[in-house]
Amino acid sequence: MVALQTQTKTEILVRVENLRMLYPVATGVFARARSFIHAVDDISFDINRGEIFGLIGESGCGKTTTGKLLVRLITPTSGHIYMRVAQDPSTDSQGEQFVDIATLEGRALKAFRRNVQMIFQDPYESLNPRMTIFDIVSEPLSIHGIGSIYEREERVAELLSLVGLTPPESFLFRYPHELSGGQRQRVAIARAMILNPSFIVADEPTSMLDVSIRTGVMNLMLDLREEFGISYLYITHDLAVARYMCDRIAVMYLGKIVELGPTEEVIQNPLHPYTRALISAVPIPDPTVERQPIEIKGGVSKPIDPPPRCRFYERCPIATERCAHSDHPPLEDKGNGHFAACYEI
Amino acid sequence: MQRARVTFEPTQALWRVRLQLLWRGLKSTWAMFAESKIGLTGLGIIIFFILLWMLWPIYPWLMERLAWTPEELEAARNAPYGAISSIYQVYDPVTGYDPLIPLEENREGNILPPSRRHPLGTDQYGRDILAQLMASTGSEFTLGVLAALITVFIGTCIGAITAYYGGFVDTFFMRLADVFILFPLVSFLIVLGSMMELTLLKLALILGILFGFGQITIILKSQALAIKVKPYIEAAKVAGGGHFHVIFRHIIPNMLPLSFLYMMFNVTSAIFSEAALSFFGLLPGARTTWGIMIDSAHSGGYILGGRSFEYWWLWVPPGVAITLLCSAFYLVGRGLDEVVNPRLRKR
Repeated sequence: MVALQTQTKTEILVRVENLRMLYPVATGVFARARSFIHAVDDISFDINRGEIFGLIGESGCGKTTTGKLLVRLITPTSGHIYMRVAQDPSTDSQGEQFVDIATLEGRALKAFRRNVQMIFQDPYESLNPRMTIFDIVSEPLSIHGIGSIYEREERVAELLSLVGLTPPESFLFRYPHELSGGQRQRVAIARAMILNPSFIVADEPTSMLDVSIRTGVMNLMLDLREEFGISYLYITHDLAVARYMCDRIAVMYLGKIVELGPTEEVIQNPLHPYTRALISAVPIPDPTVERQPIEIKGGVSKPIDPPPRCRFYERCPIATERCAHSDHPPLEDKGNGHFAACYEI
Repeated sequence: MQRARVTFEPTQALWRVRLQLLWRGLKSTWAMFAESKIGLTGLGIIIFFILLWMLWPIYPWLMERLAWTPEELEAARNAPYGAISSIYQVYDPVTGYDPLIPLEENREGNILPPSRRHPLGTDQYGRDILAQLMASTGSEFTLGVLAALITVFIGTCIGAITAYYGGFVDTFFMRLADVFILFPLVSFLIVLGSMMELTLLKLALILGILFGFGQITIILKSQALAIKVKPYIEAAKVAGGGHFHVIFRHIIPNMLPLSFLYMMFNVTSAIFSEAALSFFGLLPGARTTWGIMIDSAHSGGYILGGRSFEYWWLWVPPGVAITLLCSAFYLVGRGLDEVVNPRLRKR
């Protein structure tokens, strides 16, 4: 375990460079799209091995799109995603290569998929209602043609008890609708774990769960990280969850990362006006505390062809003349690995 | 954090578990289906017609034992016209003739009203109506179910594929569906009937294709569209599943309940179309069907001209049979609808 910890500090597992995803706004059948939604607009970050990297932001800011890009559910418009990919899954990390997965296709893409998995937000919709738990969890094995049917059964049973569904025999041949939300999310985690991935994208895995069982699922994911050294991209809009789970977080606003740093550092000492507003919006469970709310104007707009200036300009309380005429500010190091994208701080 | 290694002993072979699951699923579906009286009524009528179909081979034998006196049998064997050597000749649906008809008083031509030897009377050629009715049941079932199977097979596959791929494939099949919906079915079949000899199997194939590319594709595609956006489809893609895997392991299995439901409704339309075509005399390849029975009553002049109720047994039995069987499949469809659509279920 100690050896793993020292390793995690150094090794970069995923490096995202200038990633961009534009969606054309549908104009008509024959017309060429003239406007684009900038869902993810030129973002860069690194994720270390064994790290939980949080993506925070309100709805529509591009968190989920980023997650889907990293598992290549969608192909980015431009940019690079470098990831350490085991070329031969039977070898360990020595046989890994740093590959740009943004442009993989066909057989290479399918081989890459053994390295990453995704856990979805809604456990009621992410499991096929017509398949048994065994079929669901063993699906990745059958897609990649791994093991005989008996080996698969054994492996699925092993995974089910690993995620806390014991005894596994009593869950193997049940249907998703016979399980509770928390149990379903555990099944989804078992499915994500069965190929021994090195990287998992978790898209708000606890937001649909009852508060009482959230902690159990989160602790399970932390345990799996400890035991197998998996890295997570943890997408959430809940700052408390991010604080509990993540080593570092990035705050997104309209397709851009506006602030990035170690979780405690960002939450205790937010630099970007948007992050400050976001954190000040979290209620403090103490009626005597009075906090000065940070006023931001207006609501979140859609990132359709945004003007070439700071995305937060219209709502920013500290915007100046310079912000109106310059490009979106780059992420700058403000010390302690804390990055923020703002000219005025 | 160390866990004990799991020792897992499969308690049963996998295929047995799967069979048990299937059985359990069928049982719960049946429990839901049995709640709807409509569906049970339909099922009862279908079983009645299946019994009629099963009884057909022994019908002449039964009649010989129950309805014919030894004297009548003797007379039929030595009749001056149409003498028989076996009772099966009397009850043949196409060539049958009762040699005792000329001895009856209560007749016009060869038409006998319902009587002891002919429970539903005979037609103008002296053929037993009930025998024709029973003999046709099998072909009606075959035609209806076969056409509906083809329809639903085409509709499910095309619906899933168009929904999944979208784009050009989608546009092409949707415009094709428009063409098929606007198709003048009867006129097309009349032309087709003049070009080749339509048998029941050919008709089933043609009807299956005509219906399959039409409305059903659009209905099932809308269902497939709703399934396509579910996260479990994305999960399968993340796991590495290709297009084929996603369509056949995830999309189509989730469409099947609705497909099966529409299959029931399509049996109805296939049987109706067959009846209409036979009535126009467009099915020379078929031996006997309910539509042909009505057609022969009509072409003999026993339906029009104010005489229809005088010779009701010529057209009422096949007419009622068509109506009942069609509504039976429709009712079963309605019953299944309540299983497939939980919102319709009474709570």
